[in-house]
Amino acid sequence: MSELFNRTMTTIAPAPVKIIPAERVEPNRIKTEEMILNVGPQHPSTHGVLRLEAVLDGELVIDVIPHLGYLHRCFEKHCEAMTYPQVIPYVDRMDYLAAMNSEHGYALAVERMMGIEVPEKVEFIRVLFAELQRIASHLVAVGTFGLDVGAFTPFLYCFRDREDILEMFEKTCGARLLYNYIWVGGLSHDLHPDVLKMCRDFVKKNRATHAEVNNLLTFNKIFVERTINIGILKPDVAINCGASGPMLRGSGVKWDLRRDDPYSIYDRFEFDIPVGTGKMGTVGDCFDRHWVRMLEWEQSLNIIEQILEQYPQDDKTDVQKAVPKRIKPAIGEIYSRTENPRGELGYYISSKDGINPARVKVRSPAFVNLSLLPIISRGYMMADLIIILGSIDIVLGEVDR
Amino acid sequence: MTNQEIFDTLKATYGGAIGSFHEQGGSAYMKRTSSYADIVEYSQIAQICQYLRDEPTLEFDNLNCLSCDDNGDKTLSVIYHMESLKFKHHFAFKVTVPIDHPVVPTVTRVWASANWHEREGWDMIGIQFHGHPDLRRILLDDDWEGHPLRKDYKEPEFYRGMKVGY
Repeated sequence: MSELFNRTMTTIAPAPVKIIPAERVEPNRIKTEEMILNVGPQHPSTHGVLRLEAVLDGELVIDVIPHLGYLHRCFEKHCEAMTYPQVIPYVDRMDYLAAMNSEHGYALAVERMMGIEVPEKVEFIRVLFAELQRIASHLVAVGTFGLDVGAFTPFLYCFRDREDILEMFEKTCGARLLYNYIWVGGLSHDLHPDVLKMCRDFVKKNRATHAEVNNLLTFNKIFVERTINIGILKPDVAINCGASGPMLRGSGVKWDLRRDDPYSIYDRFEFDIPVGTGKMGTVGDCFDRHWVRMLEWEQSLNIIEQILEQYPQDDKTDVQKAVPKRIKPAIGEIYSRTENPRGELGYYISSKDGINPARVKVRSPAFVNLSLLPIISRGYMMADLIIILGSIDIVLGEVDR
Repeated sequence: MTNQEIFDTLKATYGGAIGSFHEQGGSAYMKRTSSYADIVEYSQIAQICQYLRDEPTLEFDNLNCLSCDDNGDKTLSVIYHMESLKFKHHFAFKVTVPIDHPVVPTVTRVWASANWHEREGWDMIGIQFHGHPDLRRILLDDDWEGHPLRKDYKEPEFYRGMKVGY
């Protein structure tokens, strides 16, 4: 054994690593045989059914090849046989953690094709629910990111608060996860009278949770040490690779469609766009992405407070006033996008003057963000790979569609 | 710059390679983001994209979406939607290729984000992106036959001994 060890030490030159593993590799490292490790598809840390084929050199990740499609239902093909409103439930099932936002984007796309103006009250409810859903989604993202690092408790705190949001949705439209609530031109139900009060209480309670999660997780020394300086994504790479949402903003690019290409009534509210600044380590590392999510959560609470102030309570407009009897957009194509919790959700819809869309293609943020995984995880440790994947915050329903 | 101005700039530079401009109605948003130009000479796509990305007055640094479509008349098309984070303007163009020779040059060297979109295009519609570094199926299995989003697609009766229809 000792003989073998000595021989290896003297005769093998410094490892010729294929991809620049940056500063993480010692120059005189012993090269071991490459090993392929399959992570998933059934593994809690892949956040669903995703298989990662990791090429390892010892514990060092040389390359990662994501294999997707385990949850593929080809909803785009289904859409071609459905009418425009019938597509909405399918859209729900894409990003099941942020179904409201997906519906919002789809309804907007069809409205923009037909030039429908929706009543102000409907816009208020849509934005309110979109922001609540954004918080719910970030709660899961933050909680499960904690799980990836090894912190179990914050996850429970997050789910406790998510429950309140789901309760508000349940009161209003009867569903907790997949709503079919935002329709083309309106909503399925008016806001439940209790929701505004529940929302006020929630904002107060949730601010406390935000501080609690920060104390428990974000500024925990173990968490910080595990997440800083890994998975660094440089801003120019992020833009060229099409990253969006917290992934892009974590790299320090101030880009948010709510501000840069405003839709609904987002231009009426004041909110900041948090970006990664390398608070604990380097700009664009895993910690920055987490920190951007935490700050966005706070900003969403600010927006909700402003909505609660400005909400037209005496407005008795029927929420289905602008819903068209017959949804049949003229011949044309649209690419319409909104800001999802995970980034830019775009719908390319092509109409050939029928009652069903000729083609629906979804540019899902998680799909594009996941394509960056190999780029940002080469040269780090296997244990870091799990954290990097967690910081991207993927939902496989949306990746595989 | 508006779409029309960008189209005129492109037309002045590439002339015959650029076809007509299709303005989209519906709403101001649709007109602004989704109006597209036809590219006739599709062998030049990569150069045109390079130009769009690097020209200082255009700077289309972000490819939003790359969608593939079956037009139903024996042609397939690829639509590129892009925007500039700096100038906040949009542009889109479309390439149409015959179904029996669906080859389009890749733009992955210009925008890395095209990589998975093009793989999806190959998987679902069956467009071969010439020069793509890793053109494998992405959502379906490697041994799946056919491209499901084509209009003439018939799903197989059995896949590895399992019944497909329901």
